[in-house]
This record gives sequence, C-alpha cells and structure tokens, in this order.
Amino acid sequence: MARYIVKRLLLMIPILLGITIISFGVMQLAPGKPTDVGFAENPKATPQAKERLTKLYGLDKPLHIQYYNWLKRIVRFDFGESFSPDRRSVSEKIKETIPITIGINLLSILLIIIVAIPIGVFSATHQDSLFDKVFTVFVFIGFAVPTFWLALLMMRFFGIELGWLPISGVKSIMHDSMSAPAKIRDVAAHLIMPVALSAFGGLAGLSRYMRSTMLEVIRQDYIVTARAKGLPERVVVYKHGLRNALMPVITILGLSVPGLIGGSVIFESIFSIYGMGRLFYSSVMARDYPVIMGILVIGAVLTLLGNLLADISYAVVDPRIRKG
Amino acid sequence: MKQTTGRTAAAVILCLVILFVPACKKDSSTGTGTSDGIPAYGDAVIIGSIGDASTMIPVISSDSASHEVAGFIYNGLVKYDKDYKIVGDLAESWEVSADNLTITFHLRKDVKWQDGVPFTSDDVMFTYRLMIDPNTPTAYASDFMLVKEARNPDPYTFIVTYGEPFAPALISWGFWIMPKHLLEGVDITTSKLGRDPVGTGPYRFKEWSTGEKIVLDSYHDYFEGRPYIDRIIYRIIPDTATMFLELQSGGVDWMGLSPIQYKLQTDNASFKKDFVTYKYLADGYSYLGFNLKDPKFADKRVRQAISYAIDKQEIIDIALLGLGEIATGPYKPGTWQYNADVQRYDYDPEKAKKLLAEAGWKDTDGDGILDKDGVAFSFTIVTNQGNDLRAKAAELIQNKLKDVGIKVNIRIVEWAAFLSEFIEPKDFEAVILAWNILQDPDLYDVWHSSKIGPNELNHISFESAEVDRLLEEGRRTFDRDERKKYYDRMQEILAEEAPYVFLYVPYALPAISARFKGIEPAPAGISYNFNEWYVPEQLQRYTDMQ
Repeated sequence: MARYIVKRLLLMIPILLGITIISFGVMQLAPGKPTDVGFAENPKATPQAKERLTKLYGLDKPLHIQYYNWLKRIVRFDFGESFSPDRRSVSEKIKETIPITIGINLLSILLIIIVAIPIGVFSATHQDSLFDKVFTVFVFIGFAVPTFWLALLMMRFFGIELGWLPISGVKSIMHDSMSAPAKIRDVAAHLIMPVALSAFGGLAGLSRYMRSTMLEVIRQDYIVTARAKGLPERVVVYKHGLRNALMPVITILGLSVPGLIGGSVIFESIFSIYGMGRLFYSSVMARDYPVIMGILVIGAVLTLLGNLLADISYAVVDPRIRKG
Repeated sequence: MKQTTGRTAAAVILCLVILFVPACKKDSSTGTGTSDGIPAYGDAVIIGSIGDASTMIPVISSDSASHEVAGFIYNGLVKYDKDYKIVGDLAESWEVSADNLTITFHLRKDVKWQDGVPFTSDDVMFTYRLMIDPNTPTAYASDFMLVKEARNPDPYTFIVTYGEPFAPALISWGFWIMPKHLLEGVDITTSKLGRDPVGTGPYRFKEWSTGEKIVLDSYHDYFEGRPYIDRIIYRIIPDTATMFLELQSGGVDWMGLSPIQYKLQTDNASFKKDFVTYKYLADGYSYLGFNLKDPKFADKRVRQAISYAIDKQEIIDIALLGLGEIATGPYKPGTWQYNADVQRYDYDPEKAKKLLAEAGWKDTDGDGILDKDGVAFSFTIVTNQGNDLRAKAAELIQNKLKDVGIKVNIRIVEWAAFLSEFIEPKDFEAVILAWNILQDPDLYDVWHSSKIGPNELNHISFESAEVDRLLEEGRRTFDRDERKKYYDRMQEILAEEAPYVFLYVPYALPAISARFKGIEPAPAGISYNFNEWYVPEQLQRYTDMQ
C-alpha cells in the first residue's frame, strides 16, 4: 500500500509540471499585457514608463526563461509578487481570500449532505410517489434557477421586506465594536443566505445520485433476504440499504475537494464577499500573471490530491487495484 | 466624491466607469429639509464603491477608487474651491512672476503630518523629485518634467521655474504631497505606506480589509479644523444591484445611482424620506471615434454624414433614460471653456444621405448598402466589455446607420485585449469610448498631432496644424479670456471636422442619506465641503465606534 502511494505521489510531479507549462503558455496566449492595463487610463504614461515596468516584471525575457524563473521560485514555495500597484506577495493575497471561500464551500457541502441524502433516500423508498415528484421538481429548480436572480430576490425579501438578515458582506460594519457572542451571531447571520443559496444549486446532483444508488441497492438480493428474514423495514432500508448505497456517494464527495477553493465570481460579487473567485477574476482581467499562476497551481495540487485520495479509498476497499 | 484635483496633468482619462463629480444642483424633486439641526461631531458615513483601491500611495496608483481615498488623506499645495477657482491648500499664498515662468509658494506653517512631524518645503521638494525620478512608476510625471528648476530656500517657501509659460502649472501643484520622512530612501512600490498611509489631510487611515472595506478616521488636528463626521467607511460592493439594496436597508449611506435606479426605484415616498438625491452633469463624455487613417473616413463629408445620421437624443433617451445631455465637443456644457456656438449635428438622415452621395457613396447594386468603386460601406465599431451603455449606444448607432445605407458590425472586447489588440496598434475602424473632463481645458495630449504615436492618446490619428497651434498657445496663455479664444476656435474646428461623433454627457446621480446636513451643491459638485457635513446629534446612527 505504501509503495502504491509513493508511486502515485511521484507520478504527480510530471503531471503537475505539465499542468504548469500549459497554464503558463495559455496565459501568455491571451491578448493584453500586464503593463497595458494599469497604464491604459493614464494619459501621461510614456512608452519609457511602460518599458521600465516590463523590465521590472521580467517580461522582457524570453518565455522559457520566464517560466524557468517562475519554476525556480515555486519549488521553494515562493509564489512571487503581484503585478498590481500594491506589489504584495501572491501568498498573502491568497491567504486573504482562501478562508472565506473554503468556509462557505464547506458549510454548503455540509448543508447539501444534510438535505440531499434524506431527499434521495426518501425519493427512492417512495419511488414515483407525490413526494418523490415534488422533491424532484424542487431540486431541479435549484439546479436551474440563476443564482444571481434568486440571490437578489432573497436579499430583497429577507433583507428589506422582513429585515431579518443582513444583505451582503461577511461582517457588519460595526463588527469590531461587538461582544464575542454578538460577533459570532453577526457572521452567522451574514452567512445564512450565501450558504443556503450555494447549497440550493448543488442539491440536485447529490440527491439524484443518492436516489439512483439507493434504488439499485434495494433491488439487490441481500435486501430481499433481509426482508425475508422478517427484519423491520426501517432496519432493512437504513442499516442494510443505506450503508451500501453511501459508498459511491462518499467517493463523489472526495472528488469535490479541489472545488473547495474555487469561488464563483458572480456569487461573490452579488454578496460582496471577497473570495477566491473575485481574486482570480480580477487577476485575469489585470493579467496579473503571478497571482493567476499561484491560484492555478494550488488548484492543480488539490485536484491531484483529491484524485489520489479517491484512488486510495478505492484501493482500500478493492484489493485488485492495490495489487495491480 | 472627492474630485480629482491633482490631475490637471491627467487632463483626460479614459474612463471605464462613469465618475460622478461636479457642477450640480440639488434634485428639485426631493425635499430640502428645513430644520437642519445643530452641527455636531460624530457618526460615520458609509460610501458604496464598486472597486477596491489598489494602493494608498496615489503617486503610483491610477484607479479612481485609490485617488478618491487619497483625497481624504493627503493635500496638495493648491486646490479647487466650490466654483472651480484655485485656492490655497498646503500653500497659504503664491505669486506668479510677470513673465509667467516662476511660481513662488508660501506654505502654511501650522501643518503637521498625521504622525506629528511638521510639514515643510522639504516634503514638497521630495515629492517633486519623486515624481520626476525615472524609477518611480507614476503616470503623472509629465507636468513635473516641464519644471526647469525647483528650489526651497527656507522651510516654508517653494519656488518653481518653468522653461516656458505653462498655464496648467499652478493646478498641477494640486497633486498630493508625500511625507519625506517616511518615504525617503525607500522603494516606493514596496513601501508599507501603500497599506498604511500618513498624510496631512482631514482623515487618517485606520483599516483596510482587502475587497471589503477601507476605514478612515477624522484627524482632530487637521489644519483647517476637525471635520464633523468622525469616520468614513468605503464599503466595496462590486454589484450595483446589491449596493442599492444595501442603501435601502441602511448598510450604505452614499452611492451613485444608475439611470434605471434613479428613474424607477427612487420615486417613492419612503425613499425620499430617507435619502436626498442630486443630479448634475458628470465630468465625462462618450464618443464614437473614427480611425482617420482609414480611407473610408478620410473624407470630412462622410464623418459629418455619420454625425447627422446618429440620433444622439435617442441614445440618451433609451440608454440613459433621458439622464444626460448631448455632447457637442470635448468640454462640459456650462463651464467657461465650453463653446455652445459650434456646428451641431441634429438628427437629419436626409442630409446624411446627401453628404454621402456627394462623397461618392451610392447604392448602385440595390442591396440597400451604399458602395463606391465596388466596395460596400461597412465598418466595425469596437468597444469594451462591461459597459452596458456603450453596447446599447453601439446598437442604436448600428440601427440608425442602416437607415442611411451603412452596414455596421459591433465587436465588444474585454478591456485588456481591447487596448492591446485594437487601440494600441490602431487596428480599428471606429470605437466607442469616453473621456473624463477635467477642469483645466488643456487637451494637448488628446488632440495634438505629436501624440499620434503608439501608446499615446490621439488614438484616432487626428492631425490639424491649426489645432496644434491653438493647443500650444492655449497652454502658454494665463489669461482666462485670452485662453478661451483659443479653445473656442479649437471646438469649432473639432465640430467642423467631426473626427469624433460626440455623443452624450451623462448625469451623475448620487443619493445620500438624509441625516447628513450641510451639503451645499455648487458648480464643483457636493463633496468640496465634505469636512463641514454633519449629522445632528439626535440623528446620529453610529455612536459607539472603536
């Protein structure tokens, strides 16, 4: 097993290298240069000033040298400095945005699990009943409705008509003057709408998947056996059925690990949350290469690790993979 | 919002967003509030901003959010007052020599940096050297480059001499002065002042959470006296619909409304009770610019014909819901430099057709599109993504030009790509863009034929010996009436030559919570006297601030 993991980890290195080369190349292919963006609005920006910036950023060197220089830093976990006027380090910028993004994504996955699994199981055990149909429609509405539109409606309703919840942001403007419990309540109130909304869109996938695996499982012979033994229906469904049906679902959740750091620009803009989505979007718009590469590398590493985790868990249950 | 005084230098700036500033009147449709209470210290104002600042050192930033915040923290030597007259700021008085080449500033003696160090002419000298230092990545160096000699014989005198008379010289010293004792010998791009600035201004920096908010507290020892409002909070809310909801719920006190919000969502009793809206012409105009290197647009009659064929009022009525005025030139209607008596191009498709026919464009093959020498008249308008108004204007223009037999295609391109692929290589036929209008009329950088090169601002390659001469004379002349003659003539030529179709000047439409008193609209807008705004004690909302 250890050998298998080491082998997989070593294999990740060339894959990662490949990913960075492709990312670096594609980024350079996009029209527009980092030096254009900040300077375009400035009537007084002389061509010399631009040249100076180009040198400062090392953009005057050939592409492969630029890549090599970037790679040299990255193996020391140095992501470099942003090209934006503040010249802050990329890791600092990512550190600023990653907690809120991961926080919201974790909460929303949790909420999805809590809601989608019961819906899926219930729909399977009451297949084609009215409830099944209502839930199906409900989760697909969640899947289909444009988030930004629903978000605005909810903000209007809960934030203005009822006045129950804060409209946007993560903290109140007077957060710093609050007592500790009030601070927690404050953040929680701010998170209700964003978390609920991002979970709503994800219900369909998991609940439908749960429904179908559950349907498959309860048609298995051992379920018939369990019923034949005279076990109560509750035990049949939840002990024998659900446990087995959950296995593939857990794998799916494992694969959503890299998604944890991905934020949606639209979503974060609507709720004015400064997360990874907005950071990445603004970096792309400004052609801020170091930040773009930093985020892509972290995403790539997480994706590869997520895959590895999934494979390991397969290996744990299936000896054929482990030995092969 | 704080006006961009220091930037006469940057006479004009390509604008992505509509900046709202100046020349205004309180909206007649809203009440003026009779009992304004007694001025009191305290409370906070929350200003909604769609973008975050980039750095707190305005020398190296060029975005409007950074400059707006900087305007509260720093001072220049001079500034504009409510009527756009130049008055002293850090300089208490100044003299211009008889030959118009030397300005002697006498600085205030009672000014301290927010960390307690006295402000002196060394700071001014340092800022000047910083601006002209080739290692400073600033966009505002060029005005300072014209200085031949700068001296500070004593701590409160600063003397600059120019090689030749330069009319915008005085206001160019409205640029923010930086603290020498904190920046000397430091690489300005990595200085910690970028995140923790120290200025001489009415507000001092307190906190900046990236992408979320910037907090400023009033500086009690400010040389003009402590401002009434204790705190300014910029909340960064990228989505304007969200910002409007925050405004209604009390999470934002001050924001610029879009035409649709202004027109359809503020016209109710409860909004009017809580907010006061203002309406005045913004400092910017949008235009359709022709690439004059393109043979299609070489003939003046063609450009005039297109100007006639475009219904500017329709664009204002549909895209801006009527909240704008027709632009006739590069200046704002109502300012001293604006010339109202230039050739106007009121919508007249018949005249357009006639002019096109004179220029040799006729529909010979009967397909509804004009042609000449076997080539159909079609061109592409390029504009940047993210500006809905420009996209709408492009569509309305497309429709109107179809009526006179010109086929227009529209391309909307992401900003960075738009600049590097179309504007810089001048690889476009026509563009829709906008310029900011600053107070000094010097437009040398946009219209002078020496500015046609790559990375310069005369994108459309406009060349006119007379305009060149007028621009040169205009920036050399100090007397306003004398100067006006040059710029009046320039506006006549621009109207006659029609290198741009001047489209519209939009209205700025700020809404401010009604608890703020002391707001007095003037030609310079509303924010010029921000330090005198106050909230009467019983109306204060944020009283327990840390």
